[in-house]
Amino acid sequence: MLGALIIVFREAIEAGLIIGIVLAVTRGVAGSRGFVAAGVGVGALGAIVVAAFADRLSQAFAGSGQELFNASILAIAVVMLVWHNIWMAQHGRELAQNLSDVGRAVARGDETLFALTAVVGLAVLREGAEVALFLYGILASGESGWDVFAGGLAGLALGALTSVATFYGLVAIPPRRLFAVTTWLITLLAAGLAAQCVAFLQQAGFVTALSDTAWDSSWILSDKSIVGRVLHTLIGYADQPSAMQVAVYLATLVVIVAATKFFAARPPSASVGAPAE
Amino acid sequence: MASVMGISAAAAAENAFTLTIKDHRFEPAELRVPANQPATLTVKNLDATPEEFESKSLRIEKVIPGNSEATFTLRPLKAGRYKFEGEFHDNTAKGEVIAE
Ligand SMILES: [Cu+2]
Repeated sequence: MLGALIIVFREAIEAGLIIGIVLAVTRGVAGSRGFVAAGVGVGALGAIVVAAFADRLSQAFAGSGQELFNASILAIAVVMLVWHNIWMAQHGRELAQNLSDVGRAVARGDETLFALTAVVGLAVLREGAEVALFLYGILASGESGWDVFAGGLAGLALGALTSVATFYGLVAIPPRRLFAVTTWLITLLAAGLAAQCVAFLQQAGFVTALSDTAWDSSWILSDKSIVGRVLHTLIGYADQPSAMQVAVYLATLVVIVAATKFFAARPPSASVGAPAE
Repeated sequence: MASVMGISAAAAAENAFTLTIKDHRFEPAELRVPANQPATLTVKNLDATPEEFESKSLRIEKVIPGNSEATFTLRPLKAGRYKFEGEFHDNTAKGEVIAE
């Protein structure tokens, strides 16, 4: 039972952290909790469907279906996060120093609310598919049955607690800082997801360059430990990354920071050739 | 580029290895492969339950449904030991690829 709890919790941490961050980012936005809940719901449903078709998904694309599926999910999530950060930078001028203004600004651009909902849904979908498969496998085998299943549910509950803890952890930061912190968090999160995405492309054999291991820090901190998993999600920590993963991580960071600076410098409302009224 | 990939695919086809999962254990638990050559690894899951074949050092992470198999391309490995495990049963499903 403890084993099942730990396995499911490990899978659920990633989604839990992302949900918590998105809740904090959209705090004060009318209806944001509904959006996040919808993201979780759709992601969970999708996870069950994916688990049910795992066989066919694995065999698709000459056996690389699972890798390509994971890589696409991660790529979409990265795009959504980049979009969100650019949007926030663009509207930076409108954002006054208190959080309710940030909230109002986000609310006005509901497209970024949608983008963040999608990120939540995709995180739940990916991690949830693994959890659903694991729990399904245990039930199907009748191995140790309900005891293990109960452990799995407890693991899920702990994952949900991770969301709550992340949310309150972030909310305890003074509102002025919160905006800066979440912008950085989302940037690092996106870079980490991009590096994971390229790892799946390497595994599928679509990317073959720079496949050597850049470093091995697993003896200091394994990215399979709980702390390692948390850092893996938050800042993209990997204990044995390939050189390509490191390159993609850094490139994503540079692109996001540059794009954010670029768009922050140009007020969005001053559109090109706007006629004088 | 295409020809380079063609050659490595041919070399990989010559170095083909198979692992099975049965009762949540790997057979063989130690798999010897030649160092510095590409190879392919087929993992057959003979159990009815899915297993996640995972290896940090080989950089593989994939769920293999019950009663099915998956094939991976191994990059040319430096001589050494590369651990792998079945994440869903990591108390029994453990093994190592030994490149030599
Ligand atoms: Cu996972």
